[in-house]
Amino acid sequence: MDGVFDVAIIGGGVIGSAVARELSRYQLRICVLEKELDVCNGVSGRNTGLLHSGILNEEGLLRTECCKEGNAEFEQVARELDVPFRRCGKLIVSFGEEERIRLEGLYRRGLKNGIPGIRMIGHDEIKEIEPNADGDFAIFIPSAGILCPFTYTIALAENAAMNGVTYYFNEEVTGIARAGDGMFAIHATSGTFVSRWAINCSGLSSYQISPMLGFDSYKPKRVKGQYEILDKKAGAYLSLPIYPTPNEYGAFDVHVTPTIEGNVLVGPTIENIGTELDYSATQEMINTLGCSGEKLFAQVKRDYYIRNYVGIFPTAEDPLTHAELDFQIQTKPSVPHAVNLVGINSPGLTSALPIARRVVAKVKEQELLIVNKTFNPVRKGIVRFSSLEREEQDRLIRQNPDYGEIYCRCECVTKAEIKQAIHNVLGVCTISGIKYRTRASMGRCQGGYCETRLTAMLQDELRLDKTDILLNKKGAYMFTGKVK
Amino acid sequence: MERRDVVIIGGGPAGLAAAVELKKRNIADVLIIEREKQLGGILRQCIHDGFGLTRFGESFSGPEYSQRFIDEAAALGIDAMTNATVIDLSPDKVVTVAAQDGLKRIQANAVILAMGCRERTRGALAIPGSRPSGIYTAGVAQSYMNLYNTMVGKEIVIMGSGDIGLIMARRFTLEGAHVKAVFEVLPYPSGLPRNIEQCLNDYDIPLYLSHSVINIVGDKRIEGVEVAQVDARMNPISGTNRYFPCDTLILSVGLIPENELSLAAGVELDVRTKGAFVDESHQTSVPGVFAAGNVLHVHDLVDFVSLEAESLAESAAQFIREGELPACGIALTPSPEIGHIIPQKISGTRDFQLSLRVRKPVGKCKIVVRQGEREIKSVSLPKAIPAEMIQFAVSCEKISSGEPIEVSVYER
Repeated sequence: MDGVFDVAIIGGGVIGSAVARELSRYQLRICVLEKELDVCNGVSGRNTGLLHSGILNEEGLLRTECCKEGNAEFEQVARELDVPFRRCGKLIVSFGEEERIRLEGLYRRGLKNGIPGIRMIGHDEIKEIEPNADGDFAIFIPSAGILCPFTYTIALAENAAMNGVTYYFNEEVTGIARAGDGMFAIHATSGTFVSRWAINCSGLSSYQISPMLGFDSYKPKRVKGQYEILDKKAGAYLSLPIYPTPNEYGAFDVHVTPTIEGNVLVGPTIENIGTELDYSATQEMINTLGCSGEKLFAQVKRDYYIRNYVGIFPTAEDPLTHAELDFQIQTKPSVPHAVNLVGINSPGLTSALPIARRVVAKVKEQELLIVNKTFNPVRKGIVRFSSLEREEQDRLIRQNPDYGEIYCRCECVTKAEIKQAIHNVLGVCTISGIKYRTRASMGRCQGGYCETRLTAMLQDELRLDKTDILLNKKGAYMFTGKVK
Repeated sequence: MERRDVVIIGGGPAGLAAAVELKKRNIADVLIIEREKQLGGILRQCIHDGFGLTRFGESFSGPEYSQRFIDEAAALGIDAMTNATVIDLSPDKVVTVAAQDGLKRIQANAVILAMGCRERTRGALAIPGSRPSGIYTAGVAQSYMNLYNTMVGKEIVIMGSGDIGLIMARRFTLEGAHVKAVFEVLPYPSGLPRNIEQCLNDYDIPLYLSHSVINIVGDKRIEGVEVAQVDARMNPISGTNRYFPCDTLILSVGLIPENELSLAAGVELDVRTKGAFVDESHQTSVPGVFAAGNVLHVHDLVDFVSLEAESLAESAAQFIREGELPACGIALTPSPEIGHIIPQKISGTRDFQLSLRVRKPVGKCKIVVRQGEREIKSVSLPKAIPAEMIQFAVSCEKISSGEPIEVSVYER
């Protein structure tokens, strides 16, 4: 495995990639071991894409602290990493007296947490902020925002890769041993990776990796959430996320959230599923999304359904109290050179970089890190043709005629963008990899127009056989061969 | 800015037919804009025969049928931009086109919308289950097989009995794949009787009516589907679930007119057709913007697409010369038994062609066009099915007022 690493990061989601990026500021040989064929295929890619404010968790928790820190700095992060985001604010609305009382409780927590600019508002002001929202009262949270979780995770990973981190895909960690010299021998799908440090950022698998590293065993408790994605035609009617008042258990039922690209997400539903990892959508939850979503936002109509997806949130419980654990960033004297991250769920996307900095601090407690003077925090994404002014579009086409060929009609993605995505710095070569990097096939026709072009271009550019083309993972083949 | 008499968006059967007829009516400056590298539209991938029986009295393959129009357009010297995509259409008929030599803006006097339709997807239907590979709409599978020489699978289940799905059932069988069954949620087929006969019955492929796929199974590649019988309200009947192992699921569950550009131009759409509201000239709510073919309403046969597109040429030519067309103030509405009608309004001063589809199959029946108490036209039919479009001419002679007109069907 290309020699010995200083740091092996297990898991290439938003947390693993943020840790990789922050550690690449130092002179270290770093690898990321990811079991899927791309980053953000687990928890990081299956969520609501919200830049949380920090109102949803109790004061004093690590998750609250990280969330507030991540929220406050996101303009700078977005600028450095070229990640589109919008600080659109958020409404948590209430109907009736019972909900108003719960909403006021939440508002007091927001004040205590020091969430900037939050206000309790009445019906008229709700309508002023978003005419398509409704409610008797609402908390308006101006610091909340929306971002694309795929773009953000990919940006962190690409920035890490630019700064020397090596990503290994299709590498599922199956065991970890410790050699006499203290080195970790990390057994994965294709062989053994040897590293001085090991960092567990494996999201849903973190409870399995934790004891392998020598940390505690945790019982996984998983929550399954189903979402519906609506057409941009519905998105035109929604400027900010609308949440209902938390239910009596403190959980949020189905909410509606605009995406940074202009669609609307309806969901998630909440189902406790134990240990099972099942990403199947169910008819029952499809119906629930329709009914509950419609109450918050009148444009939740069948005609606007584009696709559904399921996210699974890892939660870990305290072995003693059985309560849900706060974010855990653990080190242990008996396990030197290891950092164990457990219980990282919402607001993990917002908290990724603050968590990563805390991981770096833990590493620094055990060894002196030498600054990587060539570290460049700036990463540029693929220029989105559809987001440009007409003059700029014309200029690009004249520079590169591939910008004049629209491959994905719904999202107006050009051949030039697809080509850049195919040659991405991480070496991802699946159909979904291109999709997450360009939005091709994410629109209302779901690839009806562009998919044949994407697969043909993958074959041509990477000299792949038809049978090598994968949708998103090993075994998810697209074709069985030639017709003749 | 470049100026054109007519810009036709889409070089498929509708666009080509409109272009040829306009040119024949001495409209010199006609431009077709086509996003594919060749003209012909979806017919390029329809290598089966049966096209042209109505329009030409002869059976052609899709490419042969469209080549007739492509050759005629070429002979008439009609301009066509290919590999060029219209990305915007403004209400004042400025067409923005992305092409390899730059972004062009063209001011058109008249615009013909001929963008066709797209296929309804799994996501739009919200079919439960996992999201493995191996799920294709029928048209995409057809494109892979016929244009890219690519086999998408071997053990096939087809959901929906739309015509493309039926055609693909036969195509898969001929190429050595095994088509296990076709499931249709309605109690009657969505596709044409001739396709049921020639594509399913001739190959012993079972068609299950009132059945739907209720779950998709498989983590990587699709492994199978759960299917159930449905009741009259299309809800699955408990206890009827069956599991069909497969490596491919083909969806043929409906076509949706592709009207994103029409909406950008401010064209009003009819929720029934999902296409534009048009008058007897096929003019939309935006003066000088016309629509024909599957972008207006989904047709059963390409021959009718061509005929419809040809029929709008006279009015479009008149609009280009005179800058306006007679006002159409008489509304046409379908009765509940009729799914939709085209046109939705008329002037009352000209004869017009009426197109419609019934919502459910009916036996011997009479279709009646009535203004108030007055019957304007009636047509008797041995039967009417949703799969088949019904068309007939209506004379304006008996239209004597501005009252709305209703079109109804009566079973006899």
